[in-house]
Amino acid sequence: MITETSSVPAAVLSAPTITEQAPHIDYWLLSPLLVVFGAAVLGVLFEALVPQARRRALQLGLALAATAAAFVLTVLQGGSIPAGEAGTTLALGSVAVDRVALFLQGTILVLAFISLLLIAENRRGESAFAAQAATVPGSEEERSHILAGSQHTEVYPLVLFAVLGMQLFTAANDFLTMFIALEVMSLPLYLLCGLARRRRLFSQEAAVKYFLLGAFSSAFFLFGIALVYGYAGSVNFARVSEAIDAGGASLFEDGSGEPLLLIGIALIGVGLLFKVGAVPFHNWKPDVYQGAPTPITALMASCTLVAAFGALLRVFYTAFGASVDQWRPMLWTVAILTMVLAAVVAVTQRDIKRLLAYSSVVHAGFMLTAVVAASPEGLAGAMFYLAAYGFTTIGAFAIVTLVRTHENGPEAGELAQWAGLGRTSPLLAGSLALFLLAFAGIPLTSGFIGKFAVFEAAMAAGATPLVVVGVLSSAVTAFFYVRIIVLMFFSEPAETGPTVIRAGGLTGSAIAVGVAATFLLGVFPSPVLDNLVPQPSEEAAEPAVATADGFTR
Amino acid sequence: MELYAPVLVLGAIGAAFVVVSMVVGSIAGPKRYNRAKLQAYECGIEPTPQPAGGGRFTIKYYLTAMLFIVFDIEIIFLYPWAVHFDELGLFGLIAMVLFLVNVSIAYAYEWRRGGLEWE
Repeated sequence: MITETSSVPAAVLSAPTITEQAPHIDYWLLSPLLVVFGAAVLGVLFEALVPQARRRALQLGLALAATAAAFVLTVLQGGSIPAGEAGTTLALGSVAVDRVALFLQGTILVLAFISLLLIAENRRGESAFAAQAATVPGSEEERSHILAGSQHTEVYPLVLFAVLGMQLFTAANDFLTMFIALEVMSLPLYLLCGLARRRRLFSQEAAVKYFLLGAFSSAFFLFGIALVYGYAGSVNFARVSEAIDAGGASLFEDGSGEPLLLIGIALIGVGLLFKVGAVPFHNWKPDVYQGAPTPITALMASCTLVAAFGALLRVFYTAFGASVDQWRPMLWTVAILTMVLAAVVAVTQRDIKRLLAYSSVVHAGFMLTAVVAASPEGLAGAMFYLAAYGFTTIGAFAIVTLVRTHENGPEAGELAQWAGLGRTSPLLAGSLALFLLAFAGIPLTSGFIGKFAVFEAAMAAGATPLVVVGVLSSAVTAFFYVRIIVLMFFSEPAETGPTVIRAGGLTGSAIAVGVAATFLLGVFPSPVLDNLVPQPSEEAAEPAVATADGFTR
Repeated sequence: MELYAPVLVLGAIGAAFVVVSMVVGSIAGPKRYNRAKLQAYECGIEPTPQPAGGGRFTIKYYLTAMLFIVFDIEIIFLYPWAVHFDELGLFGLIAMVLFLVNVSIAYAYEWRRGGLEWE
């Protein structure tokens, strides 16, 4: 340890090659991120310079155009990667542009586009966001802002900044870039959570909780980075992986650096699992999902989950891929805890948003089985699952925004109020039933294919007990999904039944896309799934450990 | 263990310094209180008694603090660039100008939205 300092070779200290030469940066490969960033910055300028009355239309158009343009660029880049190659890295190896990153970025952009439609929904000048978030709830000032029709159009640039962070989070190829991406993604989300129009104190409480817990988990993540850097002498994923193969940086010739690595992996794992929302780091999820404005909840439940899993997969497959035997038991435990505890707690929930939050935690557990598998099939399964789940969950939250206690009232969260909804508004209840069946993993929905893919990968990697727990947990979750369906279709409407407001074009299209994607990915998954799974002929006799899996190194 | 001995000794000295100076101060120091001395050691607004309505701090302080952070971040990145200005060349210059433009957009936003008006 310290007593060996005399033998520290200079190479260890200079390992992260920082030169004073100007780096070559391929801006074309960065363009999807730059487009979103540019639009966000432009959005801030609009806020500063454009009169209030014209801001909303301008901001919405800009945000939608930017996500669409970034999506097109992402697809173009996906097409430009030569066959048989994983991809490339740029900006001194800090950002990876490979199939995995591009697929997840594309997914994030599509899901963000749909979330933006929900966010933009405006009924008679009333959006889901507070008229003026700085006013005290219930004050005279607040009333005057509501009467004046004030709107927080800052929401759009904030969402774009968050999306930028998410894009970078899935592509970050060293720990420092990943940390920056984590913060760029999280800070706007903390703010957005506190902007709800109704039940504002509740929303602010959610924002503060999310912020404090998020800051706490960032600290864990950073500490983990410091320890791994101490072990490997670099924050770059490829260098970390090489260092693990070599038994640590040359500082640790006798392998004495292993504790540093293991504690580092655990702490980085805590930071990432918090973002994913796996038990025991899931406690923020129900509170934040419930308190945040529902369109923002939809954004978090879909895009943020994709981004967080993208980062988790990349870190554990590439940087820590060589020490898979060390981290597998840890993730194994977390996955089992997540699937069991969240499913059991979800059964007791009485609020639809909390229930969907716990359902999101359970799904995170299912996806973790794919991380545990640590195989190309696991990666493909997780990516498909993420895309399928994203579409379904946005649709489900879109429906939540439509069911109100009364006309012009707040959302009817209480599940008891949803009784008999299938008779009064069959189309809406039918769509929700489809989403719930997809969550439960019933065949002919995308949820079934996703679950099948990850469980199959986990089986192939020898994690059979995990799959057994997963299937049992699925059965438990199916119980409460089906209970809601029964409640909606087979019970008498409650006396104080909710009012289903007419879906505007924006919310309506979000639900329609959700229904279509849930159905299509369930019936015709092969066009997507086949592209994700590497062809078996290419890596025939590979061991089921992350090797040739689509990540660039 | 001997590795940690200096750390522990330093910690002990630090704790002893706090305890000794506070005890000596409370015994030997003269106590002549006046209004200013009895106030909490704070700058800005009076922390006590809490104003009516839950004691909200006026938002102006936060705006000023955020403005400070904008320039603080700026200087953090400007300093290393200034040190290696010549080696970084044109690339560094362009990157820095772009960075400054982005920083000043945050500043422009605060200015246009009235964040700089104190009253």
